Amino acid sequence: MRLPKGRTGCLSHPPLSPPCIQGGRLACALFLCLGLTACDREQRSLNGQPKAETIALANDPRDLSYQENSYQLSQGQRLYKWMNCSGCHANGGGGMGPPLMDDEWRYGGRMEDIVRTILHGRPNGMPRFEGKITEQEAWQIASYVRSLSAQQGQDVLSARPDSMSASEPPTLAERGKVLPENNLTGPKDEQN
Amino acid sequence: MSGGDGLDGALFNRLFALFLIVSLTMLALVLAFLAAAWFRRGGVRQDGVADENGRASREPLLRALLIGWTALIAIGLIGLTFASFLTDRGMADAIPPDRRTINIIVTAKQFWWDVNYAFDNEPSKNIRTANELHLPVGVPARVTLKSSDVIHSFWIPNLAGKQDLIPGRVNDLVLLPNRTGVFRGQCAEFCGIQHAHMALDVTVESRAQFANWLAAQGKPAPAPASPLQKAGYLYVMNRECSGCHAIAGTAANATVGPDLTHLMSRRSLAAGTLPMGRAGLYAWVADPQGVKPGNNMPYVGLDANELHAVTAYLETLK
Repeated sequence: MRLPKGRTGCLSHPPLSPPCIQGGRLACALFLCLGLTACDREQRSLNGQPKAETIALANDPRDLSYQENSYQLSQGQRLYKWMNCSGCHANGGGGMGPPLMDDEWRYGGRMEDIVRTILHGRPNGMPRFEGKITEQEAWQIASYVRSLSAQQGQDVLSARPDSMSASEPPTLAERGKVLPENNLTGPKDEQN
Repeated sequence: MSGGDGLDGALFNRLFALFLIVSLTMLALVLAFLAAAWFRRGGVRQDGVADENGRASREPLLRALLIGWTALIAIGLIGLTFASFLTDRGMADAIPPDRRTINIIVTAKQFWWDVNYAFDNEPSKNIRTANELHLPVGVPARVTLKSSDVIHSFWIPNLAGKQDLIPGRVNDLVLLPNRTGVFRGQCAEFCGIQHAHMALDVTVESRAQFANWLAAQGKPAPAPASPLQKAGYLYVMNRECSGCHAIAGTAANATVGPDLTHLMSRRSLAAGTLPMGRAGLYAWVADPQGVKPGNNMPYVGLDANELHAVTAYLETLK
């Protein structure tokens, strides 16, 4: 069908009146605003970094494939639950076993140290998992364990866990003041 | 058609027919409007000057049509919602509360089905299996649906419509098979890399056959007999296998992976990935990640002797 120059079939109707257009714009704006409110579901700061790397960087070349890797980290998170690490470490907060979300490492906090701890066990309760899980799984768990103290980028963390989770790692904030000494009760007081 | 051989077949088909008729009517109306607009456009003047009289004469008609159209949509949607509510209630009331049923808890995991037969009065009879359902014909089965990781969907096309399994929630479904046979179930909600290899073998059998199956499943695993089987038994008990799998009658009692007590009695391996048999077992145990990449069973790296031994032991789990 041939149309006259500069005109199309649709434009041949008289233009809409200005109030009508304004009303339409207002409705559109309202609709978009409503859409925006639906967007603020999950907010997570991706810039959070531990204040200082509390341990030296690792030497093992396998670190590169397990650290900062979202898949390996989330597999580690599953294994952490499946192998009942929470039984002693309580989602990182610590219980019978030491907490994993602070910046203290009794046996080293590098990936290979954690893997060695998992595979060979440590005195006073940490069981030996060698032969019970594969070495790859130990590396995945180590990757997750390091994320508990925010030693991994916040953008590789997996979605919220379904189970109860620990609070934010203390390593993400400056350490608070240590309590004054007279508030502490220690062996000295007992001697007196 | 969904649910043809199941409890809700008739009710569901009626609802489907209603939806089909209403949707087709609306489609026909839309097409009619479109055709009318098309033909009307042919009559518009081509020189760009609006045909005021023509528009004015049609506007009241157009307004009435639009109001009618909006009302029709509202009535149609409300009606369909009401119909689906009634069908849902009808399906829920189809089983009288005093009728004897069997209770099954199905937990979907990436990428397999954990199946528990729960006997509330006799918990010692409870049975745990994987990737298979056995149902007696004509007996309603109340299926409780759970998920341990992501959203899955439970779908046995021959028996019932789909029902989602949602982590942190409990859904339920009543199955009432009315003829014997072997049916396939399938995860119907994309759940990850091996979603397609997440099948469920459903065997509907006579009550006597079902009772036999139940009795056989309740037995513990036999002790290994040959030296090769014993070596395999020791490997399974002491190494990675028992970290995730359970075998009734042995020390292996982990619940992360499927229960292996009667592994060989199932029709398939790894949720419908491989047919059950020696070849499948070898392939699966040697390299699960090669057969079904992305599943949660790790590559353990068994040497040839260990592989022979473990497979020989697993073959005794009938």
